[in-house]
Amino acid sequence: MTYKLSINGGSHVIDADGDTPLLWVLRDLLSMTGTKFGCGMALCGACTVHQDGNPIRSCITTIDSIGDSEITTIETIGRTPAGARIQKAWLDLEVVQCGYCQSGQVMCAAALLARNPIPKDSDIDEAMSGNICRCGTYIRIREAIKYASVAPATNVQKAD
Amino acid sequence: MFDPLVDLEVGSKGKTSRGVSRRTVLKVGAAAGGGLLLSVGLPYSAGSAADDANFAPNAFVRIARDGQVTLTMSQVEMGQGTYTSMPMLVAEELEVDLAQIRLEHAPPDDKLYGNPRLGFQVTGGSTSVRAFWKPLRIAGAAARTMLISAAAATWNVEIASCHAAKGTVIHAPSGRKLTYGRLVDQAAKLPVPNDVVLKDRKDFTLIGTSAKRTDATGKVNGTADFGIDAKIPGMKIATVSACPLIGGKLGSVDESKAKNVKGVIKIVRLDDAVAVIADHMGAAKKGLEALAITWDQGASATFSTADMVRQLKDASSRRAVVAVERGDAVKAISTLPTKVDAVYQMPLLAHAAMEPMNCTVHVRKDGCDVWVGTQVITRARAAAAAVTGLPLDKVKVHNHLLGGGFGRRLDVDGITQAVQIAKQVDYPVKVIWTREEDIRHDVYRPYYYDTLSAGLDEKGHPIAFSHRVAGSSILARWLPPAFKNGLDRDAVEAGAGPYSFENVLVDYVRQEPPAGLTTGWWRGVGVTHNAFMVEGFVDELAAAAGQDPVSYRRALLGNSPRAKAVLDLVAVKAGWDKPLPAGIGRGVSVVFGFGSYVAQVAEVSVGKDGRVRVKRVVCALDCGQMINPDTIKAQMEGGIIFGLTAALYGEITLKDGRVEQSNFDNYQALRINEAPTIEVYMIDSNAEPGGIGEPGTATIAPAVVNAIFALTGKRLRQLPIDTAQLKSA
Repeated sequence: MTYKLSINGGSHVIDADGDTPLLWVLRDLLSMTGTKFGCGMALCGACTVHQDGNPIRSCITTIDSIGDSEITTIETIGRTPAGARIQKAWLDLEVVQCGYCQSGQVMCAAALLARNPIPKDSDIDEAMSGNICRCGTYIRIREAIKYASVAPATNVQKAD
Repeated sequence: MFDPLVDLEVGSKGKTSRGVSRRTVLKVGAAAGGGLLLSVGLPYSAGSAADDANFAPNAFVRIARDGQVTLTMSQVEMGQGTYTSMPMLVAEELEVDLAQIRLEHAPPDDKLYGNPRLGFQVTGGSTSVRAFWKPLRIAGAAARTMLISAAAATWNVEIASCHAAKGTVIHAPSGRKLTYGRLVDQAAKLPVPNDVVLKDRKDFTLIGTSAKRTDATGKVNGTADFGIDAKIPGMKIATVSACPLIGGKLGSVDESKAKNVKGVIKIVRLDDAVAVIADHMGAAKKGLEALAITWDQGASATFSTADMVRQLKDASSRRAVVAVERGDAVKAISTLPTKVDAVYQMPLLAHAAMEPMNCTVHVRKDGCDVWVGTQVITRARAAAAAVTGLPLDKVKVHNHLLGGGFGRRLDVDGITQAVQIAKQVDYPVKVIWTREEDIRHDVYRPYYYDTLSAGLDEKGHPIAFSHRVAGSSILARWLPPAFKNGLDRDAVEAGAGPYSFENVLVDYVRQEPPAGLTTGWWRGVGVTHNAFMVEGFVDELAAAAGQDPVSYRRALLGNSPRAKAVLDLVAVKAGWDKPLPAGIGRGVSVVFGFGSYVAQVAEVSVGKDGRVRVKRVVCALDCGQMINPDTIKAQMEGGIIFGLTAALYGEITLKDGRVEQSNFDNYQALRINEAPTIEVYMIDSNAEPGGIGEPGTATIAPAVVNAIFALTGKRLRQLPIDTAQLKSA
């Protein structure tokens, strides 16, 4: 069966079983490898993308459940104001180490910031505790979210 | 990985990285296609590098006619910041901006890029900066000297009247300037300068300042290219299930249902595994689940953790091989007024790097390509050659960024398996392990069963100390020539901590788990293991002596002023002498490893349910000369989190011949809501640089158990922390 998916502003027709997780469609069929595989069970957050702006785990989101909602991945999150702020904060505060989990971290943080411009520590815990980083960059992730939340608006890149 | 740069003599005073003061060998000439090429040999390859005939460079610095500087080297990037710190060393002496240097990953070639102490290409053991600290600076300084000479000759002025800055040679009296690119061909004709003068520390403009990571942008926008991201035209995706029983084999496979799964292309059988190749990983996984597989159980089908521990306990009373001996510890302990004995244990651990094991392979009749993130690229090539029967020069390995290494990617088992699968088809195949496969078929950090004893005099001072390590030898498998006379020097590294005991005995008994359960490197193995045993035990000695844990350790660090300095610093910064709020306990540990000194204080609380919460960690570090301080701080922060995961959760257990854990639900990792605040204080030092990837991890677990003792009076001698023992309700 074929499914029509809206991803990053484009439309893609996918011929695969309906129970195929979105993650593998992105990575293997559409070559969008920025979204990462970590656990396959929604335990680590590495595969996080946005569905209509909400963070979801693409490793357990089957393509027959997506309908006409809009999927945004790490490849274009920088076009959103919150995504751009988060990416800049990540760079300014040197968050990354191996970097493998950071696509998912950035996606979760961008979703948090978009709905909560000045998150408290408890908000950060709640939004980010589903994302594992084995390099242990948590200290800087927390700092970077706070930094992005108060960064002057001039730092924000406009969406194209 | 173990530390190949230190001598075996553990427990003695101040080890330093060996031989880096020996003369670095440098060759200079014209680069192919124009420009200046410097070949840098590491200095400590058993003296052989001192003559031209044996010259084998380990890195290349090329300056092109357009001024572009390219550094080719073998050290890989897995988060530790090598891709930034290595170019910094060259840029500092060459007088170019960091941005002017491009880093090129070295192709597999042990002769050119091998780590001289190990004989092959490897990134591990916190060695990169320590090995290349001088050679890369000498290369940069030699190039700078030659470029200045070339400019002076061009202008017919005194060399001393010229200087270099920002990729340009300047003749200040006349204001003339020439960029490096304009000078390279002339410089290439000059002889190698006899005496290269390195910059004085006070003149450093890059080294010791925090440079931005060169690999960060791609890691926040999704373009970073990890092994799992390899995209090869015509490539298919495979996932695999290896026999879940230790040492078991594949029996039969009924593939009828799997073949009907949309997107499934082929089922591939190996001796001990079965793989499904498909259009995408979703179909491959679905196909694998649809297979009906029977396994041949093998000889260890009833093996459990309890069996392993019993074997280690028995081994521990066997004859041991002496690693360090001074005085007569056994005799002294028996005659001293107070004797303290303890058994400490650490579990098997998986690595669980965020990027699951994967490898992409294309096998053709005339050659083989491998795309993978590996810490040992030449071993990767050899593995592919062995499976395919191709000569080494027909195997090309394309190295990628590593989504976490932690020692796991020092082994090539997954590469061998991927080539075995790819060999059965004529198209490229990306083999991806599920997280379950990754955890159940890891090479595990060994289980250690250690017996410690000490004798204290009337004042509580430990006159004698003994430490018997029992466990698997990683070196015996991984680098057999380094396993000598039954001694695994990694297993006993730092076996007496940084302390000077009058009488000391550290010895080792090798006991292997059953065939099929492989042990391997895990972030800071030897030091991480022994730091937990020794620092926990020394804390017990302080308690037995009725003394403060910091001052007790201090008195034992007479021969190690740098260890004493980090201990003093951490005590001050943590407010060791100040009272804590009710319900908080504080513990300390101090470690020397990988050429660096680390002390940490952990503050913890324990819930009624026994749950341990680490609230605050203060870390003091002396790693010698710092290259990129912000990266060092990041490695301490991350190392502490990594070590906390192991202390609180990390445990691989065996039951009925199988690994019981499978994913992050039962092999947990610390999460952001559990992360303590971490303060890192670094001592400004001009000593030789130490390693930074592993010491932070090694120090934290003992600080935590010592804090639990301070709070609850309960002494935990085994990891992970058993919350059942700490319940108070």
